[in-house]
This record gives sequence, structure tokens and C-alpha cells, in this order.
Amino acid sequence: MNTGWTREQMAARAAQDIPDGSYVNLGIGIPELVTRFVPAGREFIYHTENGMLGMGPPPAEEDRDLDLMNAGKKYVTAVPGAAYFHHADSFSMIRGGHIDVCVLGTMQVAANGDIANWSTGAPGAIPAVGGAMDLVQGVKNIYVITQHSTKTGEPKLVEKCSYPLTGAGVVSRIYTDLAVVDVTADGFRAVELAPGITFDEVERKTGAPILPLE
Amino acid sequence: MINKQVSSAAHAVADIPDGATVMVGGFGASGSPIELIHALIDQGATGLTVINNNTGNGEVGLAALIGNGQVSKMICSFPRSSQSKVFPQLYKEGMIELELVPQGTLAERIRAAGAGIPAFYTPTTVGTVLAEGKETRDFDGREYVMEPWLKADYALVKCETADPLGNLTYNKTARNFSPMMCMAAMTTIVQTKNLVAAGEIDPEHVITPGIFVSRVVEVPSPVHEDTLIAEGRSYP
Repeated sequence: MNTGWTREQMAARAAQDIPDGSYVNLGIGIPELVTRFVPAGREFIYHTENGMLGMGPPPAEEDRDLDLMNAGKKYVTAVPGAAYFHHADSFSMIRGGHIDVCVLGTMQVAANGDIANWSTGAPGAIPAVGGAMDLVQGVKNIYVITQHSTKTGEPKLVEKCSYPLTGAGVVSRIYTDLAVVDVTADGFRAVELAPGITFDEVERKTGAPILPLE
Repeated sequence: MINKQVSSAAHAVADIPDGATVMVGGFGASGSPIELIHALIDQGATGLTVINNNTGNGEVGLAALIGNGQVSKMICSFPRSSQSKVFPQLYKEGMIELELVPQGTLAERIRAAGAGIPAFYTPTTVGTVLAEGKETRDFDGREYVMEPWLKADYALVKCETADPLGNLTYNKTARNFSPMMCMAAMTTIVQTKNLVAAGEIDPEHVITPGIFVSRVVEVPSPVHEDTLIAEGRSYP
């Protein structure tokens, strides 16, 4: 019985939409899985905010280089042709529109493309933003991978974000466990349904009006 | 003949006064100048404003400086992580001030200070709470937020190779904020793994030109924050 896409299938579906030769920045969590599903014949170059293009997979523990980490502070490797640079250059690549695709996780995404993925705004919580606000403003295409609903069943695709925004009107496409959803001038539009999932179910679990497949 | 080498980390940080603003290089553990930070703990200056991407991990390095009560304000983009406990505790007790700056804006504010540019406009934070109260302006039909330069009295930086003129190279992603911090501080103090004679670094490979560096200390076997934490170490 089909119950929608797994985390891996969501990442694989997102990878299908990234053109050959793209410079790609991946957020922490499900977006990191995209590297495992690069379609045959395509090459992506991965950017990490802390100063590298050409990031490769994690090393074996005995091959760790303590000076080679990614933005999630995990040990990584460099592929042949990689380049190192300082933070101002790294964010010039982001803010200057040189990175083609950023795939992010989120807490909420709204029908107008607003995204909220850095803070719940809860009193007493320690705010931490990192590079998220730079990425959503600077990268050409902002894709989101997320479960369609929270663990308690609340919709994550909403009319208006209740959490503090990371950026306004920046998201173009969303990959959930149930569907691929575009942010259009008319709000959400379903563009593909996961196997076994009906549009009725997607509509019921979306916190804003959503247009059916064309 | 210019020679910026000083004999020890203790000597290098001796004149940092109470209330100074200090930039500390590194992104998490990567590139963190642990020996210089520990020398500043031994030196004891208090009321410091510290600029770093994070707030340290475990009970060594930057976290230990904060835990020792020497820091009154942190300026950073991501003040917590899986292994940070010192800053979160003090922040919740209201014992330390936080200025949260998006990572790219932090890097550019530091760069701007070093480049003599008092402010710049960025699209980052437009439409968010972090833009509240800030001047905005339209360029080509898009809204941007004005951000001021970020200067410091001192910078503490770790590099891979230096010469007595202060020319520096770094190692991989340990470079991160350090080149901009060298530019933005009045006094830049560098710890280097290798100290070589002038001319031994190919001029084409110099990342930080010596004009941005004040003092160089040789630390041939620098400790790494992750190693210290894995060993359960604390400082002092």
C-alpha cells in the first residue's frame, strides 16, 4: 500500500528538478539526502557557507581532516576541482545570485512563498539564524523539502506563517511526503501527487487553498 | 627590518584591556585560535565584547572565555550548537548580551570595516524581525536593509603558515572569517602553525597580506577544540 514518499524519495524527487552543472547549497536534514540521488549524467557542485565549492561526502573516521568541515559542522571531503575561500566571498556567491539552487527544510511555508525556518519566536528561546536569511534572499531558486504536516498533525503549508519569517516571498517549489507543490501568483498549486495519494487528501492537509493539478 | 613575531601567546595578548571588542576567528571548532583564547583567559581582561560566528563548545576555547565571566556581549549568527552549554546557560540567566547577525551580514560588516566602508545595503532580513528599526532603501525596485560596519580593537586569528611580515595562508575551511577579521581590527594577533622566512610563501599564495597583521606567535602543534572536547577537557 502506498502512503506517500519517504524522506529519500522526497530528496530524489527534488534532485530531478536540479539541472546539470548547477551550483547547489543544501540545508541540514532531508535536503542533505539530495547528494545520494543525483540523476545519471548530471553533475552538481555543492557549496558550503563556511568556504568551499566542491564539497564531497563524509570521510571514513580515520581519514577525518579537522580543518575540513561543512556548515553543519560535520566533517566532509573535497572533490577534485574544489576551491576554498573566506566567508565574505562565500556569501558574495550567495547574495550575488551565483548559486543556482538552495534546498531547505522548514517549519512553515506560506502560499505567497514566505518561509519560517529559523525560530519559533518562543519566549526564552535562544535565537540562532546562521546563513538562512542570506540564502533565501540570494539564491536563484529556493526549494523546500518538508513533511506535509507536523508530528502533531498541523499543516506546514499555511496561508500565513505564524512563526517569525526567514524571508518573504522567496520559495518557488515544495516537496512533501504527499506532493510536489508550486508557489504561484495564485497561491499553492499541486503539480504532482505521491503514489497512492489523492488531491483531496493533499487539500485536506494543506492549511491554505491549493489549486489542483493542471 | 620588520619582524612581527612575538615570543609567546601570553605576550601577544598582554595589552588587551577590560571592555575591549575582540574578534575571534573560526567557524565552530574549525580555525578557532584556542591557544590565543586560553592566553586571554590567563590574562583575565573582563567586560569584553566578542565577535565570532558561534559561542564556543564544551568548556574550552571561546566557551571557556565566556564561562570565565570575561565576556559581557556576544555578536554572532548562531549562538547554540549540540555541544554548547556555557553561553545558553548565561543567556537564560540574563548574564550576557546577544546581538544576533545573519552569517553573511556578519562577514560583510566585518569586511566593510576593514575596507573603510561605513555601511552597505543587503537584501538579507528584508521582511523579517531582524530588519525592524533599520533604514531601508529601494534599488532597482527591490528593498534593501542598511547594515553598519563592524570594527574591533583586537582580532585573534589562527593560520597555517606565516612569515615575520605577517603574510598568512590558512588551511581549508579553517579560513572562514579570519581574513576579514585581520582587516577589521586595530590590532590583529595571529597564531601560526608554521613560521617561515620572508619569501618562502609564494606571493601568489598569500591570502592575508601582512599589512593587516600586527603580531605573529608560533604555535607549532595547535590543539583542536573537537579533540579537547572528546577528551573531556576544560580550561583553565
